[in-house]
Amino acid sequence: MKISYNWIKEYLNLDVSAVDLAEKIERTSVEVDSVVTPSDGLKKIVVGHVLSVKAHPDSDHLHICEIDVGDDAPSQIVCGAPNIAEGQNVIVALPGSRIADNVKIKRSKMRGVESDGMVCALQEIGFPEEVVPKDYVDGIYVLPADAQPGAPVFDLLGMNDSLIDLDVTPNRGDMLSLNGTLRDLAAIYDQPVTLDTPHVTEAGDAIDTQLSLHVDDSLSPQYRMRLVRDIKIAPSPMWLQIHLWNAGLRPINNVVDITNYIMLKYGQPLHAFDYGKFSGQDVYVRTAQAGETLTTLDENDHELDPSDIVIADSQAPIALAGVMGGLSTAISDQTVTVAIEAAVFEHDHIRKAAQRHHLHTDASQRFERGVNQAGVQDALDAAAQMLTELAAGTVQTGTAVGSNHQPEPAVIPLTLTHVNAVLGTELTMDQVSHILETLGFTVKVTGDDLTVTVPIRRNDIHIPADLLEEIARIYGYDNLPVTLPTGRMTQGRLTPAQRLMRATRKSLEGLGLNQAISYALTTEDKAKMFLTHPDSQVTKLAWPMSVDHAVLRMNMVTGLLDDIAYNTARKVKDVALYEQGRVFYRQDGQDRPAEEEHIAGAITGQLVPAAWNQPAQDVDFYQLKGIVAAYLQDMAVKGDVTYEPNTEMPEMHPGRTADILIHGHKIGFMGQVHPTIAKRFKIGATYVFDLNLQAIIDMPKQENQYDVISRYPAITRDIAMLVDDAVTNDQVVALIERRGGAYLQSVKLFDVYDGVKVPKGKKSLAYTLTYQDKHATLVDDAVTQAFEKVTKRLQDELGAEIR
Amino acid sequence: MSLKDKLTELRQKGLTDIQQSGDLKDVNQIRVSLLGKKGPITEVLRGMRDLDASERPKVGAFANEVRDDLTNALAKRREELENAVLNARLAKETLDVTLPGTPVAKGEPHVIQQIIDQIEDLFLGMGYQVLSGPEVEEDKYNFEMMNLPKNHPARDMQDTFYITKEILMRTQTSPMQARTLEKHDFSQGPLKMISPGVVYRRDTDDPTHSHQFHQVEGLVIDKHVTMADLKGTLQVLAHELFGDKFDVRLRPSYFPFTEPSVEADITCFNCGGKGCNVCKNTGWIEVLGAGMVHPNVLKMAGVDPDVYGGFAFGVGPDRFAMLKYGVDDIRNFYLNDVRFLTQFTKKG
Ligand SMILES: [Zn+2]
Repeated sequence: MKISYNWIKEYLNLDVSAVDLAEKIERTSVEVDSVVTPSDGLKKIVVGHVLSVKAHPDSDHLHICEIDVGDDAPSQIVCGAPNIAEGQNVIVALPGSRIADNVKIKRSKMRGVESDGMVCALQEIGFPEEVVPKDYVDGIYVLPADAQPGAPVFDLLGMNDSLIDLDVTPNRGDMLSLNGTLRDLAAIYDQPVTLDTPHVTEAGDAIDTQLSLHVDDSLSPQYRMRLVRDIKIAPSPMWLQIHLWNAGLRPINNVVDITNYIMLKYGQPLHAFDYGKFSGQDVYVRTAQAGETLTTLDENDHELDPSDIVIADSQAPIALAGVMGGLSTAISDQTVTVAIEAAVFEHDHIRKAAQRHHLHTDASQRFERGVNQAGVQDALDAAAQMLTELAAGTVQTGTAVGSNHQPEPAVIPLTLTHVNAVLGTELTMDQVSHILETLGFTVKVTGDDLTVTVPIRRNDIHIPADLLEEIARIYGYDNLPVTLPTGRMTQGRLTPAQRLMRATRKSLEGLGLNQAISYALTTEDKAKMFLTHPDSQVTKLAWPMSVDHAVLRMNMVTGLLDDIAYNTARKVKDVALYEQGRVFYRQDGQDRPAEEEHIAGAITGQLVPAAWNQPAQDVDFYQLKGIVAAYLQDMAVKGDVTYEPNTEMPEMHPGRTADILIHGHKIGFMGQVHPTIAKRFKIGATYVFDLNLQAIIDMPKQENQYDVISRYPAITRDIAMLVDDAVTNDQVVALIERRGGAYLQSVKLFDVYDGVKVPKGKKSLAYTLTYQDKHATLVDDAVTQAFEKVTKRLQDELGAEIR
Repeated sequence: MSLKDKLTELRQKGLTDIQQSGDLKDVNQIRVSLLGKKGPITEVLRGMRDLDASERPKVGAFANEVRDDLTNALAKRREELENAVLNARLAKETLDVTLPGTPVAKGEPHVIQQIIDQIEDLFLGMGYQVLSGPEVEEDKYNFEMMNLPKNHPARDMQDTFYITKEILMRTQTSPMQARTLEKHDFSQGPLKMISPGVVYRRDTDDPTHSHQFHQVEGLVIDKHVTMADLKGTLQVLAHELFGDKFDVRLRPSYFPFTEPSVEADITCFNCGGKGCNVCKNTGWIEVLGAGMVHPNVLKMAGVDPDVYGGFAFGVGPDRFAMLKYGVDDIRNFYLNDVRFLTQFTKKG
């Protein structure tokens, strides 16, 4: 809501600038979006009196005008507006002036005719189109007849006021009005404020004989109407129009403008009906019936919902209650009798109706947050009185009351001890009760106890904590001390799982992978790829925002492939990523998926970039395996890590994929992404792994332990052999380790060859065997004996041909 | 010529020859010719037999002196020449030290992770636990126990990805606070926790919105926790993340789960508080929401609000990272362009 600085100053004695006032509001009550003075940046824009208008000889729409701008001689100005006429007072931008959007106006020639400035529309001096009165939207604006030629227009149009745009939080409906804002400022600046009390002069017949209300009070706890006859519809006076357009509302006519003005002042939305258009004298407040429709003031048709509250006459709905009036009973130039409605509507219905019909209006905004239920009659009376003053109306006697439930004010107990205990302050009872009283609350003090009665307009205050907020903000958050919690000590430490997750990240970063955080919401297609829980069902969002993010992931790999695709599309060819996150497996029949921590990685291109002294080396299976193996070594899970070929995963290369097992339990897989899948993602050869991190967390770990480093020399023997292609490294190593004898310390593969020099179907493997006795110098003979034994075993058991 | 004169002359010539020797071979030859068994010094010493017994020790001592001088000179010359050879070799081995080092594989933690770790470490040091809950949550924990019943207007502010009527993608990490509050045994001590994690909102991705982002929420509940404690805690956090010169100010706000509710601003790091574009000329930047836990939240979790109370706060690591590093598009965090990921390498 945009609130006028000048309007506030009519009620409070403030010695601060608008900007300082706004800052204070922001620090103490609600956020401020902006402070704007409409005349800022504009200059030399004055009143001009049109002396004559004649057609431009070389144009079918331009006029040549003689305009008195307060100088000795009139100015000649060419103007294209269709509505310019002799005798008008208009807005003139003089040569050298600055109008909206920082546009500078110069003396110019238009189609050969000298023009000493420009006659302006309101939009051209910065008015938003939606607040310009309809008559002037397509032309220039006409100023009042008493305007002085040559005088700046800014004061005439209210443009020297400053407008403070409040971003009111959902709890502070009271701040959506001048009166509510004044109440808060009175407390902030600690000064009394006297708000206007309306007096209405009634003259006509009793309203009961002219109107009967039938109200469902569960929908509208308060529903009141007044009837005003003999109305003369006319434009509102300038001061009223200024109030409206500065608040962002378009002036329409005196009747509608008065209802809007009262809403700005009291926070109570009103609606004016053309009583003459009612069908009968009965007005109903009820829910809509199936099949009913309504054309609202904005000329849109709405199919009404059975939970919409409507105002209806005996025939049909005439308004969508609390949201917008209907077109059939709208105020027109012919209106002579006006029924003004002031009511309270059930906020939940209003909120839903506004959403359902996409009609978020100034009225619905206020009803949603709750209006001042103690001020409904005041607002109605103030409007009725203004209709007599500004529209020559005769207020009929009495108010029609369809429902009248007044809430009880909240009475809240509080203790000074509690205030200071929660805020961390040392406030005195006087300070606390004074703050509450300046807010208009009634305070009764007994010893340490306060009993606080909250005015009905503050419908956000129900419990002691709400009062604490009032005390804290008015006292000033800047004045609060700065301390840290004391009390019983607690130990802050990561859990073993959290430590392992951190270690996981450090390990993989040390191994050259960058941490990625990808989207966990993906497509159904991708969610189902690279599955390690084949019986898991996808979990779908009920109402996704886009098809790309509609389903929860069930693997970590596709997110990384998306990342690689993003890099590839941007010509980044070398990508090494890991991601730690959750996958979501859902069992059939369950609503909620189980969440499992995973760790995954993906590499493509080169892991170590080529350089002037280092050749390019494309990533391959074994490079990734080295990373996975080093990582698993860091995690120190008990039990052997083994890799078994997996030819079955449809998204993986059938000959280059391994299941990863720890102590015989499968914890994930690694290998090359199937070329057809890589092609689908538009990426090159990519190697990935995806491990169940939760399983790694849960498995027993080995502790670090010191192992004596032998002082005695080691002896090595190399062995090279030809074996069938089907014989695996694991088989050879296992056999050597099993049969290597007591002194065998390690077996290391140092060469694999299957080139032209070996027979087809065979490969050459070469190993270094290291022997050592930890307690004595090893005798060569002992090694030779052991080595010969293992050599023979290799020949016998694996058919190895020793070379 | 006396023996002494002979020795003096020998020394003089020897030293000159040594000084003029050009390489190690020359030095070796000089050594052999001067000091060898057939050399002139040995010769002279042999001639001592003809001297008076009284002269002998004097001449002998002098001869030894000459021999030592020559030996030392030879050693010195040898070292000089050896150094020269070494220096010549080293000169040939000179590298262009400006050539780049051999690349190594090096990975970086994600910038959001860095901020989360930093926040975690700060609060661990202050005795907080780190707790992470499910990302797929129940409406009950995400909203209802946060004092957001089904019809609450503030639910409009949080557009939510629902899976079923009761199951949703968490929109905040505070459901973990509700879950923990429900279980916490206050007789064992206060509850001090932070809950970091991924959260989801029904937003269209653009430079300032992401349907997935991160939150770290904090909660302290004990018998005597004050709003001043909240202010101090937020100040510590701001100092940790941005630096000691940064001030924190609180402004009133509204959250259903806290009362009083505040938003916290920190000094604009772009202008240091003078006012600039980044801070819309206020000198302050809004960074987080906080407040004193609403009694309803405690009640719903079975904690007596008349005995216990405390504060809660929620910060967005994504927003922090954007502010701290000037990242202009939140999507950078989730698209994982390697050129982005590897920009945040400073450790410690
Ligand atoms: Zn700034």
